[in-house]
Amino acid sequence: MDTSLEISLTVNGVPVRRRVEPRLSLVDFLRYELELTGSHVGCEHGVCGACTVRVDGELVRGCLMLAVQADGCRVETIEGVAGTGEIFDLQQAFAEENALQCGACTPGLLLTAQEILRRNPRVDEAEIRRGLSGNYCRCTGYHAIVQAIRKAGAGRAGGTR
Amino acid sequence: MKPAPFVYHRPATLEEAFDLLERYGPEGRILAGGQSLLPALNMRLATPAAVIDINRLPGLGAIRLAPEGLVIGALARQDAVERSPVMAQSAPLIAQAMPHVGHLATRTRGTFGGSLAQADPAAELPACVVALQATMRVARRAGTQEIPAAQFFRGIYTTALAPGEILIEVAVPPIAPGWRSVFDELARRHGDYALVGLAAHCRVSDGAVADARLVFTGVGLAPVRASRTEAVVSGRRLDPGVLAEAGRALEGDLDPPADVHASTALRRHLARALLTRVLTRLVGN
Repeated sequence: MDTSLEISLTVNGVPVRRRVEPRLSLVDFLRYELELTGSHVGCEHGVCGACTVRVDGELVRGCLMLAVQADGCRVETIEGVAGTGEIFDLQQAFAEENALQCGACTPGLLLTAQEILRRNPRVDEAEIRRGLSGNYCRCTGYHAIVQAIRKAGAGRAGGTR
Repeated sequence: MKPAPFVYHRPATLEEAFDLLERYGPEGRILAGGQSLLPALNMRLATPAAVIDINRLPGLGAIRLAPEGLVIGALARQDAVERSPVMAQSAPLIAQAMPHVGHLATRTRGTFGGSLAQADPAAELPACVVALQATMRVARRAGTQEIPAAQFFRGIYTTALAPGEILIEVAVPPIAPGWRSVFDELARRHGDYALVGLAAHCRVSDGAVADARLVFTGVGLAPVRASRTEAVVSGRRLDPGVLAEAGRALEGDLDPPADVHASTALRRHLARALLTRVLTRLVGN
């Protein structure tokens, strides 16, 4: 039985129309159908945060949303968000502070960091750590990531952005 | 693709949703925020024939003040509830519990009603609505009925919802003068399910607990009201002797399960520590 459905959405500003099986997750759709492989797949049950993307401006887990649910939505991935320059300061701070090693978690962490700073650029360390609690990094030990976010936040709060 | 195949439906009205629930019976699963259902689908712990996505049902995401209190729509996103300015005033217990529910990127999708209908025994919100004596509004084809929160949670992932019924909103009665709320929990990592959580809603008068509602999560099959402990602290000033007596009474209230995260003994110990912490904060300024 063919259960597939046609969906149309925008991904990084580009209109997309595809037929998908209902059981296809949003992140697998982005990776396999659209070849946007910046969103990574880790645990596939919402714990690791590697698959984080934005849907209608909200941070979501790409593994905990079906592609069919994104029908009519505005989806943004790390490729799109990095491409507009929106997080250039965060990317730079991550590089300067050695906040990434293998890079598996980095796209999800950058998007999460951007949301944390969007809500409050003057965020303190405890709040940053609470905000990052849903993103696992197995390389850095988090300290450098927290530093990088504080650095970018200080730049924005100081009006240098 | 990890889930087993299923048919996807996105009803536009409650009537359509009732039709689908009738058509598929136990083979149909309601998809709200999906932050519990999607992991279960991905792990094939759930293999429904049909997924009924209620996310676009109109009017179920509002948070509003009504004569009967604060009414929270079942589809209100947890993040919206957390950030709602009326929450801190009209349901401070829920406002305090909200940051403990999952993570930033799960609260943006996860719904208030979904967490209640899921009835995970370690979830925060079931304990809160029991402590607040909230009313659960449940829709079915024949109309809407109201179920007191204390009668809603029946066991692990089990509620009073009958086949064909959908939780549509929750009414939290107005906070009466003198009542205070504290929520706290102990978990190994922030955002993990609580090893022990406590939703306390009490009337505090002249530095003493006058009326107490103490509801624990993570220590039973459903939210557990600690009635023996409530009896010990009610009408008393919380000196170290009373707190110790309350801790002993708590032994009789709780029979926590052991699992991979914590033994029964550890959960009992943590519950006592949490009780002292929460009660002290409650009567303090």
